[in-house]
Amino acid sequence: MANAFTGVDFYDMDSLLSEEERAVRDTVRAWVEEHLMPVIGEAYIEGEFPKQLIPGMAELGFFGANLPEEYGCAGLNNVAYGLIMQELERGDSGIRSFASVQGALVMYPIYAFGSEEQKKHWLPRLAAGTDIGCFGLTEPDYGSNPGGMITTARETKDGWLLNGAKMWITNGSQATVSIIWAKTGSVDDTKSIRGFIVPADTKGYTAKDQKGKLSLRASDTSEIVLQDCLVPRDAILPKSGGIKSPLMCLTQARYGIAWGGIGAAMACYDEALSYSRERVMFGKPIGQTQLQQSRLADMLTEITKAQLLTLQLGRLKDAGTMIPDQVSLAKRNNINMACEAAREARRLLGANGILAEYHSMRHMANLESVYTYEGTHDMHTLILGQAVTGLSAF
Amino acid sequence: MKVAVCIKRVPDMDLRFAIGSDGKALDPAGLKFDIADFDGYAVEAGLRLVEQAGAGEVVVVSVGPAAVQETLRKALGMGATRAIQLEAAAIPFDGMAVAAALAAELKDGGFDLVLFGRMATDSANQTVGPMTAHLMGVPCVTAISKLDVADGRGTAERQLEGAAETVTFPLPAVVTIDEGLGRPRLPSLKGIMAAKKKPLDVRPAQLGTASLTVDHIALPPDRPPGRIIGEGADAVPELIRLLQTEAKVL
Repeated sequence: MANAFTGVDFYDMDSLLSEEERAVRDTVRAWVEEHLMPVIGEAYIEGEFPKQLIPGMAELGFFGANLPEEYGCAGLNNVAYGLIMQELERGDSGIRSFASVQGALVMYPIYAFGSEEQKKHWLPRLAAGTDIGCFGLTEPDYGSNPGGMITTARETKDGWLLNGAKMWITNGSQATVSIIWAKTGSVDDTKSIRGFIVPADTKGYTAKDQKGKLSLRASDTSEIVLQDCLVPRDAILPKSGGIKSPLMCLTQARYGIAWGGIGAAMACYDEALSYSRERVMFGKPIGQTQLQQSRLADMLTEITKAQLLTLQLGRLKDAGTMIPDQVSLAKRNNINMACEAAREARRLLGANGILAEYHSMRHMANLESVYTYEGTHDMHTLILGQAVTGLSAF
Repeated sequence: MKVAVCIKRVPDMDLRFAIGSDGKALDPAGLKFDIADFDGYAVEAGLRLVEQAGAGEVVVVSVGPAAVQETLRKALGMGATRAIQLEAAAIPFDGMAVAAALAAELKDGGFDLVLFGRMATDSANQTVGPMTAHLMGVPCVTAISKLDVADGRGTAERQLEGAAETVTFPLPAVVTIDEGLGRPRLPSLKGIMAAKKKPLDVRPAQLGTASLTVDHIALPPDRPPGRIIGEGADAVPELIRLLQTEAKVL
């Protein structure tokens, strides 16, 4: 087997990281090597999220790590948070997705839009992994256009009555609590969108695995149905208001995904480089051929560019000056880059590249989902188009 | 229970490395540094001893330049209580120089146990622990794989070739740690943040006299290429002859 993963650092990126950021990265990297890599291939083939890893991830503080210590979180800066996502996705996009959803899409909205009681109740439990969360925004007919959602929340004397269906929900089946986004007004009133904390054991709430995935197989993806699902009045996130609220959550998640793409690309490059040195064809290592060197040079170049761009994005986020359009650029660039790197690595690996024993094809298949979720590549193209022209094409 | 753990900052020998132009040390370019492997086990052992005792402290100590503070903070991130850097321009190669500094620091510290890794993964001298014990005037047990402490005495197990040896000794004592006591825990993210706020004292190292100097280091020679001595049964006599006379395994 290959040596332990030591990262890809052609431009001495380490010198741009603080000691604490490197230490966080090293902890996650070591955890992935020791606990995730031995089980991920089989989990992927079996189509099972490796649940047994949750307590270890929680104990080390991987969930909501950039939220404050007073709520049981690690209180890291956003660069360190990004490095966690990078290293988790070096292992598998599904595992990174799990942590992204728990932190950026469940803990973040409770932190940003919740009451103090909600924060004190939910955040420590979610950080400790004793509760698992999911984020119910996307609907069967409303993916890139979440503002069109038809899930409703009606205020009654007993509380809020939720009705609707959500689809492509990461962690849906294993979640004990869900952040559900619904319209409290008419279906064309996007300003009436509010968030609700819905425990999974609420009557009228059901989650069902989506079967037949050829991507993110080690991740739980589910459909959620809300049928006269009654939650207390204080289940609403009081500071949520309009489509902007879930989009703010998505900005957090996409920020982590941008880092994650680097991790997946590094894993593929590392595997391809190692294989190219060892695999002998026509009497010499394939790494000594120009075609494979071209692949490796392209991968290294694109990874290095993404590293520098994403670190600066993190520094802007920590300075409080990052704008969502910049996150779109990074998510769009990095995931597309990772898709290309995974495909080229798989090709360099030849026939061996289709085996689960190697990682590039698993990453390649995973990244097709990542390319499509959290704002498709095309939507981010249009967001950037709008940002520079001032003209919306969607 | 008061435990000191002496740790060394070493280059990661799993990465590719080169010998520097002076031929006496590794080329620092591209090296990554970390706590020496067995020293990580020693930190883990110290943390477990104090956790089992329910009270006490784990003090991590390292000799060397400012860079060793990063290694000390890693141990603080794992859960050590406080750290001491014994400042020296470089980490001396001669174990006696290091042991003198450590003994001077630790001898009046009131420690029940002073732990070391059984050897540093770069120099592999295995000397600093025993030398420190000698200078402190306390017993020393080396390369232990199990350790229990009760009523002012320690009981340690050592793995020998084909046998296990159990020794008992009075505290305070110096013990050097092999792998058996439990894998070093990873610093948690909260631990990493907390480490920044824990005390890290810096004092000049009272280094002992160094008698040893590295003359030169060299990489092992490349393995000679394999060769084909023949095919089928006809090749067997020659193969046996070479295994007897050249490889000397028969």
